[in-house]
Amino acid sequence: MNKRIGHIAEINANMVTVKLDDFVIQNEVAYILHGEQRLKAEVIRVRANCAQMQVFESTTGLKVGEQVEFSNELLSVELGPGLLGQIFDGLQNPLPALAKQCGFFLKRGVYLEALTETEWEFTPLVETGAKVLAGSKLGFVPEKVFKHYIMVPFGLKGVLEVVEISSRLTRKIHERIAVLKDQSGKLHDVFLKQSWPVKVPIQAYAEKLQPSQPLVTKMRLIDSLFPVARGGTYCIPGPFGAGKTVLQQLTSRHAEVDIVIIAACGERAGEVVETLKTFPELIDPRTNKPLIDRTVIICNTSSMPVSARESSVYTAVTLAEYYRQMGLSVLLLADSTSRWAQAMREMSGRLEEIPGEEAFPAYLESRIASFYERAGLVRLHDGTFGSVTIGGAVSPAGGNFEEPVTQATLKVVGAFHGLSRQRSDGRRYPAIDPLISWSKYKGFIDDEKENSAHEALRRSHEIAQMMKVIGEEGTSLKDYIGYLKGEFFDSVYLQQNAFDAVDEATSKERQLYIFDFIHDILFADFKLENKENALHFFQKIGQLFRTWNSSLWNSAEFERIEEEIAILLEEKRIPIEK
Amino acid sequence: MQKVYTNIIQIAGDVITVEAEGVGYNDIAQITLRSGTSLAQVIRINGKRVSLQVFAGSRGISTGDKVRFLGHSMRVATGDNLLGRIFNGSGIPLDRGPELSENLVDIGAPPVNPVKRIIPNKMIRTGIPMVDVFNSLVESQKLPIFSIAGEPYNELLARIAIQAEIDIIILGGMGLKYDDYLFFKNTLEQHGALSRSIFFMHTASDPVVECLLVPDIALAVAEDFALKGKRVLVLLSDMTNFADALKEISITMEQVPSNRGYPGDLYSQLASRYEKAVDFDTAGSITILAATTMPGDDVTHPVPDNTGYITEGQFYLKGGVIEPFGSLSRLKQQVNGKTRADHRTIMDTMIQLFASYREALEKQSMGFQMSAWDNKLLKYGLLFEKNMMSLKVNIPLEKALDLGWQILSDCFVPEETGIKLSIIEQFWPKKQ
Repeated sequence: MNKRIGHIAEINANMVTVKLDDFVIQNEVAYILHGEQRLKAEVIRVRANCAQMQVFESTTGLKVGEQVEFSNELLSVELGPGLLGQIFDGLQNPLPALAKQCGFFLKRGVYLEALTETEWEFTPLVETGAKVLAGSKLGFVPEKVFKHYIMVPFGLKGVLEVVEISSRLTRKIHERIAVLKDQSGKLHDVFLKQSWPVKVPIQAYAEKLQPSQPLVTKMRLIDSLFPVARGGTYCIPGPFGAGKTVLQQLTSRHAEVDIVIIAACGERAGEVVETLKTFPELIDPRTNKPLIDRTVIICNTSSMPVSARESSVYTAVTLAEYYRQMGLSVLLLADSTSRWAQAMREMSGRLEEIPGEEAFPAYLESRIASFYERAGLVRLHDGTFGSVTIGGAVSPAGGNFEEPVTQATLKVVGAFHGLSRQRSDGRRYPAIDPLISWSKYKGFIDDEKENSAHEALRRSHEIAQMMKVIGEEGTSLKDYIGYLKGEFFDSVYLQQNAFDAVDEATSKERQLYIFDFIHDILFADFKLENKENALHFFQKIGQLFRTWNSSLWNSAEFERIEEEIAILLEEKRIPIEK
Repeated sequence: MQKVYTNIIQIAGDVITVEAEGVGYNDIAQITLRSGTSLAQVIRINGKRVSLQVFAGSRGISTGDKVRFLGHSMRVATGDNLLGRIFNGSGIPLDRGPELSENLVDIGAPPVNPVKRIIPNKMIRTGIPMVDVFNSLVESQKLPIFSIAGEPYNELLARIAIQAEIDIIILGGMGLKYDDYLFFKNTLEQHGALSRSIFFMHTASDPVVECLLVPDIALAVAEDFALKGKRVLVLLSDMTNFADALKEISITMEQVPSNRGYPGDLYSQLASRYEKAVDFDTAGSITILAATTMPGDDVTHPVPDNTGYITEGQFYLKGGVIEPFGSLSRLKQQVNGKTRADHRTIMDTMIQLFASYREALEKQSMGFQMSAWDNKLLKYGLLFEKNMMSLKVNIPLEKALDLGWQILSDCFVPEETGIKLSIIEQFWPKKQ
């Protein structure tokens, strides 16, 4: 095909208007030819014979009249073995390889292959003559701890026939492993890798199901009170300094999923570098392999070009969908979706669109909704299940949850973990505020018990508010104990020490056990003569509980402390009269 | 290439539009006025219409003036010759020294590849207990001082600058009062730090556009030194003025405004400067301390709000002291585990007790009965404020930790502090 060439007519920051006398495809990728450099750009609006393009790089030095080469392709990523353990920018440029080639700085116009030329040992799963569908497994190669399935390209339509398939062989990423014939008789080559446009969801599955199984994050506050479902969505809004990033880091380490995709979208390089440098050294307790082996990091820090930030969440979710197609359970953590929304706002401003609320574009809500809708639990054609769970951090302006990004997100997610400044100031971590958070998913804790725990917290909060007005001396002993119970529950169960090797993650079994134990305390009556006694009693068991939290599950120490607590409780407990 | 254009077709605010061809985006042009010359930068090109922001302001420009495009983007001279010198926002000397034109580097270099950074790990000692003990400053950190007008933020910046163990100090002044400029100059001079300092000064009476260049020039020079292995401290005062200058230009350019009139890319603009803070793998480092004045002490104002999401913490200056609760150094745990065994204990315990002191104060002001415990807290709070929080205190970290133990033992018995027994045995002051 002849290359379609246009010319730059206008430059406004990272938006360039290109004139060409041929057809233009919306969201098509084009390259600006600037001297030796080829700068990637994407069509975001077409007006008459002009394409308005966002450039994924700095536009310094570009001139009116420079040539632009259109590619006929939408912005796409490469999918294939070799993604795990990688660190990419928002356009799937591998950052470590880039550092080797270009040194300290990100050089403009340098795009490297996302997947390296390693040899993979391919094992076929089908024979010639077999009938397959888009997404069907043709074979696999071993990647880290997984079987990486090579699937029928997701874009092919209808029933296909396997005309040719490689036998057990080592293959490179671009070498053909199969030939398929579609219903019109056309032949399609299949390689170890395929490419997919990032802004289009992959839908090569049989059906999408209701997320119902809890995803264990090992954060007690989340799992026990505001659970997340496998294939569901949740959001974490919070003011700066409330601990979003630490929470996401803990989740990425401990959540019970096969693969974690981290999208650092417009975040501090100083914090991202910590993930980049520590993950290779951390050992995943479930696989005994480095954590990075089941992780992909998409890293577009706040000073990297804004348009690449806009595409980074799409790149991340496309990779997540790809591994889901293999029947794996994938968790995508995006930090932060507000930066992504701000990137949309910036571009919308440049396009001089009529602004919506707080100058965000009118399509903000639908974009946020369609991003979260890419999560899901699906049944694949072979009857296995795969899932993508999305957890998005939100950084609301002024810490105010009424703002458009938080509100648009709340409409579409299944759980809301709202962080509060008050809790983080009080050093209560994770700073998820149990009084404002909610979840529509069912967790593993018994519903009735969960509800009564919520109720105890609400009651304790009410009494605390009341005490501020009438003072401790004006509060009844019964109310005061109600207040102490809520505070006790908060401090020993909801709060978790991220710097304690044991307390930082609590297994499902342990949560079930401890939750029951605490539930009994919350609803027991105690012989406590006065407020001073009551305060002292709860402080004492609180202190024991915290030590209990940092003792290994079912260890001798664990049992010893449990006994100590039980004795204390027995001394004061009033037996229930039948 | 250096063709001269005379057809200025529009002057609005500090932005002029000229008809020209073959101009690169962000290129620098020289405008010859009757009164002299000024530099300008291309900020938009539409066909032949080229819009430029004029660094010295548009006052006095005539439609007949000459515009000459230099064919490159903004550059600044760098190197050891700059030490001890003072320049304006366009890099022109304000002292009596010679103009510099060697070792030119582009300002606004591309971002650092995150994989070439190292995890920050070196503490910068300042002699201020509220910083060293409670929110340690770390080399390569980017930290703003959130403050209302009238607070001693420049004094704090200057004091950290002269006491910090770093190689080079670069001061970027934006909309600085002339008095403040002299204050910085005199303070650094008195402490013998001027010879390792470089000033880029934009004062309140200078043209707005020049203000925009200050952080870029300061950071480009800093980056050059850091790549040569130097540890550089960049002071930026005040970033709110920078953001206001951005606002002024974007409104002149008829951009769609975002929150409170600030441009939609405020976050990206601030981030691309702050993210220059770095500890290079195998080279030097840049640490950025910036003043961010908050209109009406409102931390949710777009400038401090956006800043807080970019920077690695903040020092919150209120009533002349660093407020323990709004302040945060996100990187402190990278360094305070290696200082002294009691550092983290003192840090956590003293702040928790201080929070209880504030509650006791509140109770007192509501007229509730004070318990014996409340009275202990009140005594503690006053001692803490006087001996630890005051910015007049100037002692090394170890002395500050000892002082912490002294204050605790003056007010409490060990059990009341909640400190682990093993640490109490080791550090609790013995009775004489």
